[in-house]
Amino acid sequence: MTKINVKVDGVSYSDEVEPRTLLVHYLREQVGKVGTVVGCDTSNCGACTVDLDGQSVKSCSVLAVQTDGSEVTTIEGLAANGTLHPMQQAFHDNHALQCGFCTPGMIMAARDLLKNNPNPSEDEIRQGLEGNLCRCTGYVNIVRAVQQAAGAKA
Amino acid sequence: MTAVEDRPDAEIGQSRRRKEDHHLITGRTTWTDNVTLPGMLHIAMLRSPVAHARITGIDAAEAKGRPGVVGVFTGEDFKDAQGSLPCAWAPDGLVNPNTPSIAVDQVNFAGEIVAVVAARSKNEAQDALEAIGVDYDPLPPVLDMEAALKDGADLVHPTTESNKIYTWEFESGAAGTGEPIQEALDTAEVTIERRFIQQRLIPSFMEPRSTVVQPVGDGITMWSSTQIPHILRTLLGVTLGIPEQKVRVIAPDVGGGFGGKIAVTPEEVLCTLVARALTKPVKWTESRSESLLAAHHGRDQIQDITLTAKRDGTVIGLDVHLYADMGAYNRLFGPSVPVLGAFMYNAIYKFAAYRFVSEGVFTTKTPTDAYRGAGRPEATYAVERIMDELAHELGMDPMELRRKNWIKRDEFPFTTVAGLTYDSGDYDAATDKALQLFGWDDLQRERAERRDRKDPVQLGLGISTFTEMCGLAPSRVLGSLNFGAGGWENASVRMLATGKVEVVVGTSPHGQGHETAFSQIVADQLGVPFEDIEILHGDTQSSPKGLDSYGSRSLAVGGAAVVKAAEKVVEKARRIAAHLLEASEDDLEFEKGSFTVKGAPGSSVSMGEIAFATFLGHNLPDGIEPSLDADATYDPINFSFPHGTHLCAVEVDTETGFAKIRKYVCVDDVGKPINPSIIEGQVHGGVAQGIAQALYEEAVYDESGNLTTGTFVDYTPPSAADLPGITAERNVTPSTYNDLGVKGVGEAGTIASTPAVMNAIVDAVRPFGVNDIQMPATPERVWRAIHGQEKSGRAEEGTNAYGGATTDGGAL
Repeated sequence: MTKINVKVDGVSYSDEVEPRTLLVHYLREQVGKVGTVVGCDTSNCGACTVDLDGQSVKSCSVLAVQTDGSEVTTIEGLAANGTLHPMQQAFHDNHALQCGFCTPGMIMAARDLLKNNPNPSEDEIRQGLEGNLCRCTGYVNIVRAVQQAAGAKA
Repeated sequence: MTAVEDRPDAEIGQSRRRKEDHHLITGRTTWTDNVTLPGMLHIAMLRSPVAHARITGIDAAEAKGRPGVVGVFTGEDFKDAQGSLPCAWAPDGLVNPNTPSIAVDQVNFAGEIVAVVAARSKNEAQDALEAIGVDYDPLPPVLDMEAALKDGADLVHPTTESNKIYTWEFESGAAGTGEPIQEALDTAEVTIERRFIQQRLIPSFMEPRSTVVQPVGDGITMWSSTQIPHILRTLLGVTLGIPEQKVRVIAPDVGGGFGGKIAVTPEEVLCTLVARALTKPVKWTESRSESLLAAHHGRDQIQDITLTAKRDGTVIGLDVHLYADMGAYNRLFGPSVPVLGAFMYNAIYKFAAYRFVSEGVFTTKTPTDAYRGAGRPEATYAVERIMDELAHELGMDPMELRRKNWIKRDEFPFTTVAGLTYDSGDYDAATDKALQLFGWDDLQRERAERRDRKDPVQLGLGISTFTEMCGLAPSRVLGSLNFGAGGWENASVRMLATGKVEVVVGTSPHGQGHETAFSQIVADQLGVPFEDIEILHGDTQSSPKGLDSYGSRSLAVGGAAVVKAAEKVVEKARRIAAHLLEASEDDLEFEKGSFTVKGAPGSSVSMGEIAFATFLGHNLPDGIEPSLDADATYDPINFSFPHGTHLCAVEVDTETGFAKIRKYVCVDDVGKPINPSIIEGQVHGGVAQGIAQALYEEAVYDESGNLTTGTFVDYTPPSAADLPGITAERNVTPSTYNDLGVKGVGEAGTIASTPAVMNAIVDAVRPFGVNDIQMPATPERVWRAIHGQEKSGRAEEGTNAYGGATTDGGAL
C-alpha cells in the first residue's frame, strides 16, 4: 500500500492505496465520488474523464499513486454555490444528454476543449470530443451545447 | 390558483427542459454500481474461453483459499436451483432446450459462465478467477447458419435433433390478407432477387450491466441495470421458485438499453443464488469486454428477398425468407425478434401478395435478442434496399417508384397485405418536406456532374421511406402471436394534500425522459403546474404494475394509461367540486385546473383546493372515499405506425473506398408531439445507431468461435468525429388509436437510417457496376466492390430480373 495526499473537489484526502489502483477506482471506491463512472476497460469511452491539475484526463488511465500532491476536480465539484457550470447549463439547455452515463466525462472533456480552444468550429468540437463516446444523442445536441457554452464565454 | 397563471396554455407541445437532467449533469447519480450495502460481497464471473466444449472437470479448491474469497460456485452447485432462463415466446414446436445461467456439463458459446466467485472486494474476486481450473473437451464450433441447418451438421445442443429452432410462416393468400404469393412469383414481369446480410451487432449501452442483490427475509431486493424491472420480478420469481411477492426489483438510474437490457440475465439469476446461498448482499458489475462478449447481441440475419413487379413499376409480390441466428440459447425475446419484423416488410407499399418465412437457428455464439428496432430495421432495410434495386432495373427514379406504390393520404385507414391496419400518415407530405430541406435537386445535379467528369469522389443519394409498428402492443395480438405476456400498461395518479401530484408509471425509462414528458401530460390533464408533478417509476414496490419500456411503447401505451388515470381523477374531483360549490356536476366546467359553475365566473374551486378538502375529509359528498387518486390499466387497440422520409448524401472516395456522409435530413411523423426537443433527440440518437450499422459496427467471430471484436477498440461505436450533423424535422398526422394522438419515436431513427445510408453508398458506386455492398460498408469493402472482379450490375435481357432499362435515367 502506498500513501497519497490528494485534493478532490476542494477537500483534502490522505489515503493508503494499492499501487495498481486506478484513479477512477480510487475516486469511486475510496473517496465516494460515484458521479465519475467507468464505461469501458480500454480508455476508449471517456466516461471517467476528470480534471487533474488543470488538465482533462481519463481517470482510468492514471494510477492513483500518480496523483499524490495533486488536485482533482470531478463532475461533482463543477457547480459552485448551487450555480451550474456554464457547460452543465448548456448540456441541460440543449438536451445534450439522455441516459446521462457519458455526461460527466463529456462535460469535463468539453470544458477542457474550450479551455484550449475558446471558439471552436463544429468540426473542431467533433474532433475534440472524439475520445468520449455517447450512445444516445448522436452528438448533435452535444455539439450545440458546446457551441452555447463557447458563446457564453465569449 | 395563482401558481397556474403563468403556465403556458398547454404543456403538451412545449420543448420543456428535462426534469431528469440535474442529477445527471452534477454527478448525483444512482447507477446500480453506485449501490453499496453493509457487508456487501463482490462477484466475478469465470467465462468459457472456448465456444463449444464438454466440461470434464472444475477445480475450485485453490480459488476458495485465496484471500478474501467467501465462496466459489460452479454449475454443480446450482444445477438444480437455477432453473432455465425464460423465453417469452412459445409458438407450437419451438425447440427450446434448457437455458442454464451457469454451464453444468457443456459450454455452448465463448463467454458462457462456468464459475462464480464471491469475495470481500472486487479485486479479490477477480484475482481468484485465475486460480480456477476448468478442463474442456472441445466440440466443433457451429458458426454458419446455413451449414448448421444441413443434415448431419454438428449440433449445438446434444438434446436436440437439429439446430433449427423454428420455422414461422405468414402467407397472404392463406391468411386472406392478399393474393397468393405463388401466383405473384409465377406471373411476374420483373423479378428482383437479393440476399442481404444483417450483420451481428452489439447494443453497446454506455452503462455496463450491474446487479446488486440483498437477501431480505426469505425474499430479495434486487437493483439492476434493466429496462424491465416488472417482467424481471415476475420471471425471476418463476425461474427460481421465489414467490413473486418476495421479490422487489429496483431499476435506479439506468444508462441506456436499446433493447440490450431487455433480459432476465444469467448474472441476475446467479447474483440471486449466491446472495441467498451466503445470506449476504452481493454486487456484480461487468467490464466493457465482458459486456461485449456476453450481454446479448442483436440482428444477425440472412435475408433472401424476392420482389416482383410490373414493368411500369407497380409492385406485386414480396417473398421473404430469413435465417435468424439465435446464438447458443433462446433468450427472453430472441426468437420472436424476426416475427416483430414479419408484418413490416411490405412497409408503406401496396403489395398484392406477401410471404414471410423465418427460420431460427442455434449456433455457438453469444445469444441474440432485441436491439433497437428488433425485427423492424431488418425489414425496412430489405424493402428499402430492394426498391432501389427495382428502380435501377426499371430505369425509374427511386422516389417516383416509391410514390407510385405507397399508400396515399386519402387511403387511410389502410389494411396491408400483412394484415395490419395503418390508421394515419401522409407519405407525400413528409417526403416533399424532406426533399426540400435536403436540396435534392441541387445534389442530384452535383451527382451528375461528378459522374460526368469522373470525379474520384462520387456522390450518392439514398432514400428510406419507412414505417414501423410500435407501441407494443394489444394484448390479444400478442396472445395470437404466442407471446407469454400482454401489452397493457398501468399508471396511477394521486393528488397529495398540498395539491401536488404523484404519478406512478409502469414504464421504466433509461434515458427517454419519461419524467418530463409524463409531467407535461399530467399538467394539461389536471391543470396543475409542471413542477408540482413527480413521476415515480422503476421500483416494483412503489410501482407494482407495469410492462416496462421497449418497442417504442412508453408514450403510446404508458402515456395513454397516464391520461386514463388522470381523467378518472378529474371525474372524482368533479363530484367533490360540485358538492363544494353546491352545484350540479353537469353545470361545472373544468379548465386550467379549476372547476367553475357555468355562468357564474366568481364561483370556482381549484384542483389544489379539492385535494386539500379531500385530505381533510370534513365536507365530502355522501358515499365518497376521502382520496383523490385513480389507477388505470390501458390495453392498446392497435399498434401505432410512425413513418418518415430519410435522405442521405454520401461522398465515396473511389480511390480509397472511404464513405463520408455529407448530409442527412429526415422528416418523421411520430404523431402529435408531446416534447419536440425530446423527439428530436430520440431521432438523432436513433439515426446515429442506424448509421453505425451501415458504416461502423460488426461483431466478428473467428473460425474457432471466439469474438474478435470484444473491446471498444475493435467494436467501434462512432464518436462525434465519425458522425454528421442531422436535420430532424417533423410532419404530424395524429394517431387515431390513442387519446394523445402519439405514435412513438424511440426506434424510428434506427429503423429508417440504415437503408438511407446504404442506398446512398450503392448509388454512388453504381457506375462501377456495383449493386450491393455488405454492411458495415468499410473502406475495404467499398473499395473491393468498386475494384473487384465481380461486377453485380444490371440484369441482362432474357433473365427474369430484366427490367427493360436502357438509359441511366434517374435511377443510376
